[in-house]
Amino acid sequence: MDDLRDKYIAAIAAASDEATLEDLRLQAVGKKGEVSLQMRELGKMTAEERQVAGPKLNALKDEINSALAAKKAGLEDAALDERLRSEWLDVTLPSRLRGQGSIHPISQVTEEVTAIFADMGFAVAEGPRIDTDWYNFDALNIPGHHPARAEMDTFYMHRAEGDERPPHVLRTHTSPVQIRSMEKQGAPIRVICPGGVYRADYDQTHTPMFHQVEGLALDKDISMANLKWVLEEFVKAFFEVDNVELRFRASHFPFTEPSAEVDIRCSWEGGTLKVGEGDDWLEILGSGMVHPNVLKAGGIDPNEYQGFAFGMGIDRIAMLKYGIPDLRAFFDSDLRWLRHYGFASLDVPTLHGGLSR
Amino acid sequence: MKFTLSWLKDHLDTSASVDEICEALTDLGLEVEEVFNPADRLKAFTLGKVTHAEQHPDADRLRVCTVQTDEGSKQIVCGAPNARTGITIVLCKPGDYVPGIDLTLSVGKIRGVESHGMMASERELELSDEHDGIIELPSGEIGERFVDWLAENAPEKVDPTIEIAITPNRPDALGVRGIARDLAARGLGKLKPMEKHLPESKFSSPIGVTIDEDTRENGCFVFAGCYIKGVENGPSPEWLQQRLKAVGLRPISKLVDITNFFTYDRNRPLHVFDAGKVSGDLRVHRAKGGEAFVGLDEKTYTLGAGQVVISDENGVESIAGIMGGLETGCTMETTDVFLEAAYWDHIQIAMTGRALKINSDARYRNERGIDPGYNMQAIEDATAMILELCGGEPSNVVIAGEVPDVSRAYKLDAKRVQSLVGMDIPETQQRQTLTALGFKLEGNMAQVPSWRPDVLGEADLVEEVARIASLTKLVGKPLTRATAGVPKQILLPLQKREQAARRMAAGLGYNECVTYSFVDQKSAALFGGGEDTTRLENPISSEMSHMRPDLLVGLLQAAARNQARGFADLALFEVGPVFSGGEPGEQALQVSGLLVGKTGPKDVHGESRAVDVYDAKADAEAVLAAIGAPAKVQVMRDGPGWWHPGRHGKICLGPKKVLAIFGELHPKVLREMGVKGPAVAFTVWPEEVPEARNKSATRPALQASDLQAVERDFAFVVDANVEALTLVNAAAGADKALIEKVHVFDEFIGGSLGEGKKSLAITVRMQPQDKTLKDEDIEAVAAKIVEKVTKATGGSLRG
Repeated sequence: MDDLRDKYIAAIAAASDEATLEDLRLQAVGKKGEVSLQMRELGKMTAEERQVAGPKLNALKDEINSALAAKKAGLEDAALDERLRSEWLDVTLPSRLRGQGSIHPISQVTEEVTAIFADMGFAVAEGPRIDTDWYNFDALNIPGHHPARAEMDTFYMHRAEGDERPPHVLRTHTSPVQIRSMEKQGAPIRVICPGGVYRADYDQTHTPMFHQVEGLALDKDISMANLKWVLEEFVKAFFEVDNVELRFRASHFPFTEPSAEVDIRCSWEGGTLKVGEGDDWLEILGSGMVHPNVLKAGGIDPNEYQGFAFGMGIDRIAMLKYGIPDLRAFFDSDLRWLRHYGFASLDVPTLHGGLSR
Repeated sequence: MKFTLSWLKDHLDTSASVDEICEALTDLGLEVEEVFNPADRLKAFTLGKVTHAEQHPDADRLRVCTVQTDEGSKQIVCGAPNARTGITIVLCKPGDYVPGIDLTLSVGKIRGVESHGMMASERELELSDEHDGIIELPSGEIGERFVDWLAENAPEKVDPTIEIAITPNRPDALGVRGIARDLAARGLGKLKPMEKHLPESKFSSPIGVTIDEDTRENGCFVFAGCYIKGVENGPSPEWLQQRLKAVGLRPISKLVDITNFFTYDRNRPLHVFDAGKVSGDLRVHRAKGGEAFVGLDEKTYTLGAGQVVISDENGVESIAGIMGGLETGCTMETTDVFLEAAYWDHIQIAMTGRALKINSDARYRNERGIDPGYNMQAIEDATAMILELCGGEPSNVVIAGEVPDVSRAYKLDAKRVQSLVGMDIPETQQRQTLTALGFKLEGNMAQVPSWRPDVLGEADLVEEVARIASLTKLVGKPLTRATAGVPKQILLPLQKREQAARRMAAGLGYNECVTYSFVDQKSAALFGGGEDTTRLENPISSEMSHMRPDLLVGLLQAAARNQARGFADLALFEVGPVFSGGEPGEQALQVSGLLVGKTGPKDVHGESRAVDVYDAKADAEAVLAAIGAPAKVQVMRDGPGWWHPGRHGKICLGPKKVLAIFGELHPKVLREMGVKGPAVAFTVWPEEVPEARNKSATRPALQASDLQAVERDFAFVVDANVEALTLVNAAAGADKALIEKVHVFDEFIGGSLGEGKKSLAITVRMQPQDKTLKDEDIEAVAAKIVEKVTKATGGSLRG
C-alpha cells in the first residue's frame, strides 16, 4: 500500500497540467482506480484483516484526494499568474474624466459669515432686490431731499406713464431688510441680512452690483460696547486670527446714531494683507446704534428698545481674506478665475470644522 | 473739504502738530483723506553762500562757483544767469532727491569740470513755476535748513494742506471755523473769537429786494443786500491767492475771491452782483418754467417751473443759492456792487440743483445747510472785507423776509449716553463737550447752535458726546446669547435648499457664476422679459438695462465670453433671483445650470461626447433630490420658447406645479447669444418644491423582504412618438404591490421595425412580500404587463 502511496503522490507532484492530474485521479481513486480496486478487496477479508486494512485504505484515499486538490489549486494559481502577467496596462494614461465644479467666493464667504453670526444667535433674513423708496430711504431716516440719496448713485425702476408713485429702486444697501425684519418680527431681534445691492457706479473698485451683509441686534440694553465686541469676535473668527484690534471712528450714517466706521489693524507687508498686526488701518465696515426714527419706522418703540446695526461688503471681505485683487472679475465668470478662486463643493464652512481649509 | 494749517490757525490757537491734528480729525468723524506737507520734500536742503564765481573754461553759459556750505567749501557748476558772488542760495547735495526734476543728485562732471551738487530754482523745488534763475535769499545762515528758513520768512510756502471727507450731517465743517470748533472741543487748542464788523452806511441802497408771497415758504427765508459803490476790482492780495490756490480754487478777482473766502472760511456762500448791470430792484420769485438763463459758467440752463430765482427788470439774473448769472457777474471793470447774503430752503436748493445738474460750491453748502444765525452778521463782515480790499462806500443793508427761528433744545440724559454707548463719561464732561461745540445748557436742556441743522433729537446729543470723547476708547463688552444653551437652527428651509442646490451643482461639476442682475433688452426679450416693467430708468449702459427674467441669460453670456477665450466645453451654474416685474417681491429664486460643448476633452477612453438632454435631466434630478423634491414626478412638454421645442421637459407635480425644466436650448437663441452649441441646460425653482409633510426626523421602519426578487425583460414595438414614461407607468400599474421598479434599458428606432416605429425594452423587478413567486405567478403578471402596455401605448410585444 505504501508503494501505491509513493507512486501517486510523486506522480501528482510532477503533474504539469490539469489533464494529467485528471488521469492520475482516475488511475488512483476513480471508480476503477487502483485504490478503489483494493477497497473492493476488503469484502473478501476477515473481520480482523478488514479492521487493519480498511482505515489504511481510507487514509490513503484521503491523502491522494488532498494532494490532487492542492496540486490543482497550485496549477490554477500558476495559470492565473501567467494570465495576469500578460494583462499589463499603462496606468499612467489619464483617468476617466470627472468634472470639477466650484463654489463662487461670494457664496462661500456668505456661508462663513452666516456660520459665525449664527453662533452668536443671529438668524438670516432676506428681502427683495427691487424695493420701494420708502424701505430703501425714508424708513432709514433718509428723506427725499437728503444728500445721501444723491450720493448713493441709486438705480431707479421705470415708471409707467400715469403711475404717480415714486419710482421703485434697486436697493442700494441691505438695510431695508432691517426694516422688513423689524416689521415682521418685532424686538428683541438678532438678524443678519446678506445679499446683492446695486449702485450706478463702475470703475476699478466699483461694480454696479455688489454684496453686503447687514447686522441688526435689538434688545433693552444693547450698547455700542456690545457692538464692538460682536465685531471683534466676528473679525477674529472670519480672518481666523487669535487677536485683532478694532478702531471705531466717529462717522455719520442717517440710520444710526452714534455712528462709527470700523477699521482693523493690519499690515500690507510684501503686498499681502495680515490682519491683527502692523501699523496700517483698514476700513471694513460702517456701524452704529439704530436711530430712533428707524426703530419707529420698523414699528418698534425707541423708548423701550435699543441696539446696533452694521453693514459690510461681502465681496470686499472676500477679497481681503482670500487675496482676490479685482472686484470686477467677481462678475465676469471667467472660467480660469472661477476655478482659481472658487471653493470645492465639500468645503462647507463650519465653526467646528473651521471656516477655510 | 480742503484747508491749510495756517488757515486753521486763524480760528484755532493751537500748538498741535499736523499729525496730531489729523489723527484727531479722523477720530472725530472728519476723516482725513490726504495730507500734503510741502516741507516733507524740502527737508534735505540747506542754505549756502556763493563766495566766488567764474566763467566755465569750456562753456559760455556756465559758471564755476565756490559755495560755502555746512560741509565746507564746494565747487558747483551752474547755468543760472544770476549765479554770482555774494548771494545766499539753496543747496542740493549729491544724494539729495530734487522733486522738480525728479532726480537724485550725484557728483558729476560738466564739460570737464567737477560739480558737487546744485543750486536750486523755485521750480526745481516745486515752490512755483519760476525758473529764470536760482533762488536768492535775502537772509539766512550757511547750513541753515531751508524749511526752517521758509517757516520763518515765507510760511505759506510750507503750509501743509489737509483734505477731509465731510459726511452729509456736518455742513458746519464745510467751513474752516467749524473744523476748528471740533478740534477745540476735543482739547487740541482754543477757538479764537471771531471779529464782528459793522461798517457805517453812507447812503440808501438804490437797489431794493422783495420776495414773492409764494416764495417765502420753502423758498427764501431771508435776503440781505448791501450796495457798495466806488470799488476797485483787481487781483487779490498774495495771501488770499495763496489760500485759495492751496485749497484748489483759482483766484479770479478780489470780489469773487472774497465770496470764495467766506465760503471756505465759515461755510457762508455769498453772491456779488455788478450793480451797474442790474436794472431796477431785485425780486426773489419762482420761475414760470422755460426761461433760459446763462450762468457764470457760461452755460445756458432752461429753468423749471417753481425753481427759485432772482430777477431784475431784464429777467432772471441768478439761480438762488446755486449760481449767479453771467449778465450781472463782476468783472475787473466793475465799480458798483450789490452783495447778497441769503438763507434758502435747503430742500428747494437740492431739488433745483439736481434738476439743473449744477454742482457748485454754493449749492453744495446751501443744500446741506448753512448757519441762518450768521446771515445778518455775514453781510456786515463781507462788506467790511470788500471795503478793506477794494475800497468804496456801503449803503444801508436792505432786508427782505426774516431770519428763521431755528432754536430748539433737547434733554441731555447723562445715563442714556452711558447705556447707549457703553462708555463711562461723567456728566460734567458731557456738559463741557456740548458747551464747547456751541450748545447752551439750561438745566439738563441743551439748546442747539444755529449752525447744526443735523441735531434733531436726544440721540444726536449722545452722538456728539461720544464723538468728542473718542469712540476709539470704547471697550468691547460681550453680548450674551439671547437664549442659553446650544444655538438653535437659524436657516429657513428655503435658505437650506439654496445651499444644498448650490453644493450639489458644484458637486456635479458645474462652476458657480455670479452675474449681474441686469441684462440688455434684446437678450432679456429672448427669455420672456425685456418689458418696460423691468426696465431701469437710469442704467449705466444699454448692456445692463433690464432686470433679468432668467439666469440663463447671464450664463449664456458668460459662456460666450469663455468661448471667446478658447474654452469650448463649459459647465456653469448660478443661484439667484430672477425678476418677473418691477414691484418688490416680483422675484423668484432660481437655480440654473448650463452645459456647453462636450462632456469633456477627447480622451483615451473614448468617452467624450456632445452634451445632451439627458445630461441636463440627470443634473436637474440630482438638484431636485438634493433639495428634497418628491421622487415621483411628471415630465411634460410645451415649455417656453427658448427651449428646443421637441427636446425639453418640464418636471412637474401636476400641470401647474413646475419644479424644473431641462432640455436643449433653441438654436436660434444660441445664435442670438453668440454661443456655439451644443448647449443644454436646466432650471430649478426651489420655492416650488413643497415642504416635506413629515417634519419628524424619525424614518419609517425598513421593509426589506427576505424573499427573492425576480427580474424580467420585455421589449415592445410602439409608435415612435410614444413616450417611455407612459410605457413605464403602464407596466408599473400591472401590479402595484408586486412591481418594485420598471426601468427602460434600450431604445431602438427604425431598421426592420419600419418607418415611425421604435422598440422600447424594459426590465421589471418584482419583489414578493409574503411568498416566493412561482412560474405561473410570474407568467400571470407578465401577461398583465403586456396587456396594460398594449392598451396604454397601442404597441405590441416585440416578437
